[in-house]
Amino acid sequence: MGMTMVQKILARAAGVPSVKVGDVVEPKVDLAMSHENGALVINQFNEIYQGTGIEAKVWDPSRIAIIFDHRVPAESSKTATNQKKIREFIAKQGITKFHDIRGDEGGICHQILPENGYVRPGTVLVGTDSHTTSHGALGAFSFGIGATEMASVWALGKVLNVEVPGTIKVVVNGALPKYVEPKDIILHLIGRLTAEGANYKVIEFHGETIRNMSTSGRLVICNMTVEAGATSGIVPPDKETVRYLKQEAGVKQVPELFGPDADAQYEQVIEIDASRLEPQIAFPHTVDNVKPVSAARGIKVQQIVIGSCTNGRLDDLAIAANILKGKKVAKGVRMLVFPASTRIYQQALKKGYLATFMQAGAVVMNSGCGPCLGVHQGALADGDKALATTNRNFKGRMGNPNAEVYLSSAATAAASAITGEITDPRTLTTKAVKSGPVKRKTGNVKRVKKGRK
Amino acid sequence: MAKAVLKLGDDISTDIIYPGRYMATVLPTETPQFAFIDNAEFNKKLKAKEVPAGSWIVAGKNFGCGSSREQAASCLTGWGLKVIAKNFARIFLQNSINVGLYMVICPAIEADEGDELEVVNGKVKNITKGKEFDTVPLPKARQAIIDAGGLIPYTRALITGGRK
Ligand code: SF4
Repeated sequence: MGMTMVQKILARAAGVPSVKVGDVVEPKVDLAMSHENGALVINQFNEIYQGTGIEAKVWDPSRIAIIFDHRVPAESSKTATNQKKIREFIAKQGITKFHDIRGDEGGICHQILPENGYVRPGTVLVGTDSHTTSHGALGAFSFGIGATEMASVWALGKVLNVEVPGTIKVVVNGALPKYVEPKDIILHLIGRLTAEGANYKVIEFHGETIRNMSTSGRLVICNMTVEAGATSGIVPPDKETVRYLKQEAGVKQVPELFGPDADAQYEQVIEIDASRLEPQIAFPHTVDNVKPVSAARGIKVQQIVIGSCTNGRLDDLAIAANILKGKKVAKGVRMLVFPASTRIYQQALKKGYLATFMQAGAVVMNSGCGPCLGVHQGALADGDKALATTNRNFKGRMGNPNAEVYLSSAATAAASAITGEITDPRTLTTKAVKSGPVKRKTGNVKRVKKGRK
Repeated sequence: MAKAVLKLGDDISTDIIYPGRYMATVLPTETPQFAFIDNAEFNKKLKAKEVPAGSWIVAGKNFGCGSSREQAASCLTGWGLKVIAKNFARIFLQNSINVGLYMVICPAIEADEGDELEVVNGKVKNITKGKEFDTVPLPKARQAIIDAGGLIPYTRALITGGRK
């Protein structure tokens, strides 16, 4: 019987010829990622060794990545002290893939890993962050785990007792209309699946829309699969993956690619016609509360956030800058922009996007998670409504349980910044923006011809 | 036998159980003070020690969805709370097993705050309502970790028994 993409990866990583759903395996880990919650991992890791007389040494310091992003620069002395402890541990253990608070190589973990070539197709990646699902965009089996689980991985180099998950196949065909983005595809899918519709499962993406999408867009889609409960999302690697790895991530030797077997078994197949999608909005307070933008028209917002591991990449900034060029952020709206990494920040600076944002009245912030998790850099007031390109709108998520967070693409967020209310970017652009649609970053990505199903 | 002290709906996220703004606090000994802190009334009761250890939280589907933060599990074990839910989100379920939170998966559970609940022979008995509900066993793959008392002792046994 054929295997899905993730079954094949797990079989390889566990050193067995094949696996089926429900089998229990202990896959070797190729990369283990943590951020500030590394402080807890270190605590649990040391506890494992307590009283054993064995020195607490990580299994392979070159396979551990630690990125400071959730609280950068530190918002409190407590965080600063945690970060200091992590730095000391990194130095002692000889961990090499460390991204501190810096303007040359910092950023959000889910952008740092791909852009530095740490993610390879066909490998197993775990992270102490639920959006570790992102890296399935490059054909890895990549999933989130807790801190104690990570401590065990640091000790053993493998994940214990993993049950082989079932797979849902999602096929996306059709050309995305202008100003309808990968974010709108995944929001639409989450709305259909519900917040637990893919619980314990993997979502494998197929179809011409995905094939023609840049890695940047695929990262958006895989990032949010966890919002449907999925263990991970994955895109079988292809030409675009190789292009990204070589051109953007500086990888010299790309491993041999493999995809799922033609006769792989899927638990469910879902088809999406991208050509019929409108921009989508996730209403408060659950991510699966998704409606087309037309249902949100006129909702006044006080804060716009463009950024996060979902939509803080160069193509997001490009489309937003294009919409905002020569325009002003509405009075009474605070617009905050967080480039996902300092590399993207520098690219956006060169291309003039950041100047456009500032001239429009937006505040350009440092690379990092920003207010996404509600710690700092843009908390909401009681009664505020925010429209954000982030991935979660749970009660309290942006720092205040008495506020509301709506989620959208960067195009919808930028259009809404101008009007001060949730706005379909397509209606705004016909009269307001003269320049044409922004080409997505990847030069060799073709737009699918309209009219095909 | 113990009382249900908090009844919750579906999709209770880790942001509700343990808001992100308290994530700089990591140690299991320190996290309990922030359990359900945005539910001021319940959090106050916990801190006033008005909720006996062993009390139940009863929740709907997808309890613990969202972030991978382990604080959401350790803040509950700190008060000795137990959770019955229709089902649990994946990472939360694993974290809870790893840190030894007592959990019961009970898809048809009916219980209100104040009801007396008991788990006997794989069934949840609601003594107050005089009803019984089937439970779903926790993932078999994780049973060995539960039996060892959590992932730390389990991994410790592996490394001391010869590191592989
Ligand atoms: S940007 Fe938000 S969702 Fe992404 S890693 Fe940071 S806190 Fe998590």
